[in-house]
Amino acid sequence: MTSRLRNTTRRRVHWRDVGANWLALTVLTLAALPAIWIILTAFRPNLEVNASPPIWIPQSITLEAFDSLFGLNPEIAAGVPVGNYLFNSVTVALLATALSVPIGTAAGYAFSRFSFVGSRTILLVLLLTRAVPGIALSLPLFLLMRSVGLVDTIHGLAFVYMALNIPFTAWLMDGFFRRIPKELDDAAFVDGASHWQTFWKIDLPLALPGLGAAAVFAFLAAWNEYQIASIMTKTPAAKTFPVGLFDFTGQFTVDWRGMAAMSVLMMIPAILFVLLMSRSLTKGLTFGAVKG
Amino acid sequence: MTTDVARLSGKLPPPEKDSFFARLRRRQWFPYLMTVPALLVVLAVVVFPMAYALFVSFTPFHLLRPDTTSAFVPAEMFDNYARLARDDVFWRALRNTVIFMLVTVNASLLIGFGMALMMARMTRMVGPARTLLMIPMMFAPVLIGFQFAWFFNATVGLVNNALTTLGLISQPIPFLIDEPTGMMSLMLASIWMTVPVVSIILLAGRLSLPDELYDAASVDGASLWQKLRHITVPQMRPFFVIVLLLLSLDIARAYDIVRIMTDGGPAHRTELIWTYAGQLAIRNSQFGLASAMSMTAVVLGVAFTFYLFRQMMNVRRDLG
Repeated sequence: MTSRLRNTTRRRVHWRDVGANWLALTVLTLAALPAIWIILTAFRPNLEVNASPPIWIPQSITLEAFDSLFGLNPEIAAGVPVGNYLFNSVTVALLATALSVPIGTAAGYAFSRFSFVGSRTILLVLLLTRAVPGIALSLPLFLLMRSVGLVDTIHGLAFVYMALNIPFTAWLMDGFFRRIPKELDDAAFVDGASHWQTFWKIDLPLALPGLGAAAVFAFLAAWNEYQIASIMTKTPAAKTFPVGLFDFTGQFTVDWRGMAAMSVLMMIPAILFVLLMSRSLTKGLTFGAVKG
Repeated sequence: MTTDVARLSGKLPPPEKDSFFARLRRRQWFPYLMTVPALLVVLAVVVFPMAYALFVSFTPFHLLRPDTTSAFVPAEMFDNYARLARDDVFWRALRNTVIFMLVTVNASLLIGFGMALMMARMTRMVGPARTLLMIPMMFAPVLIGFQFAWFFNATVGLVNNALTTLGLISQPIPFLIDEPTGMMSLMLASIWMTVPVVSIILLAGRLSLPDELYDAASVDGASLWQKLRHITVPQMRPFFVIVLLLLSLDIARAYDIVRIMTDGGPAHRTELIWTYAGQLAIRNSQFGLASAMSMTAVVLGVAFTFYLFRQMMNVRRDLG
């Protein structure tokens, strides 16, 4: 009696699990389909992309779109200075990351280890700055940066991105530092280590995975940012990829395939990072919820 | 310094009194030294400019007329706000924005929660499923906007092509032009952007719940719905708060999507306060009016975040 009961229960659970597997995979594939279509479009010949009636199954694969993006084939050059945008995007994102991660990490460490007068206020101020829409911030920033000659420059943009990344880095690192047992700090303190030595020699090395996740977030945030860049940059000297994407939209026509090819270029760092870092990324985001 | 080195080497036990003050001093200053750089930079790049924007919002500042900057007249300081209050487009944009925020946040939360519950049950192919889930995260918001702008395009759009190929429609539907399909398309794109993050965090939350809770409930004869209602949802409350906080912080990212898909048009049908502020500033150079507009957007965002921040702090305290 009991054994039969257990058997049926097990079988039912088993089938339900198989159902869950397939249902989840189907839903996820459907949701990912638009993205897959964009990537596919970048590698198809223009004739096929714009065919009417539409050709659903790709007939051939080509790198034409990328040739024209980089002007490798002068006959089909897109006339968009993609090389400049690439250089600007990489420089701005790297600069912003290199500056914001140390500053944000230091702040995050202070929040995780000390309850000092004003700590909650400072954390609140930092977090609230994230609630300011980029477009709202870009207007006064444009005026102020114009008065110091930083409009339409790479370093001006990198400086702004650095500041915008700091609150999130601090919040993320706060979560990572809280996971390190306080007993380690106490042990170091008993041995006479200063706060700085405890931070630098003990807690920071242990939080390195978190540091990686924070750097990835900072890089991608700068890489993808559009609102502020759209106001602060005007020429190929400082325009980044997201702003440059609009070069493909004319008044009456849009070069859909060109945009798809540029999308693929823009996705490369994100693909690398998401695949490499997904695990530590989730941990960092959710830790604050598990243990205060 | 020398005493530090000596103490580190463990040869010289520090005199009790001296060490107490030294520790007190370090304990006092160290956290401030660590936070001051962050605070200074953020004050310079966000707080100060926003204060300046607040000032500009009280002036009739026009970018192409430099003489207007100093034209601050106390009697006319609320002119921009009064103008906005009389502006039908502003009210329309405000209404659209509130609807947009409510729909996208709630839908992302529901769909993401559903995805998380579904993925928590998966026994095989978990890796590929996670990768699939993260694909939208690889797209910058502008790219998501471009993608859906293309899909919903009236002449070359995939959705129309598919519907025509399947013989469901004879005339293409101008999704981005008609009402209410325009707003719906924007919301769909925005939801597509945010669901992965929600799912990942809620999935981590669901997996952190101990199986014993569910076993005990099963023994007591609880139905699936009862388990969901009385175990999963209350236990995952902190994760919901984190998700809400992240969503509220990034809600204005939808600007990128809207800017490339419709830019608030046609005829302000899909106008949000962010796109309207951008237009007033970029096209019309009316920085005073645009700043007044931005202030409304900021107040809206900050109020929401402030509320959620307090929620998060309470949850953290509850958990010890």
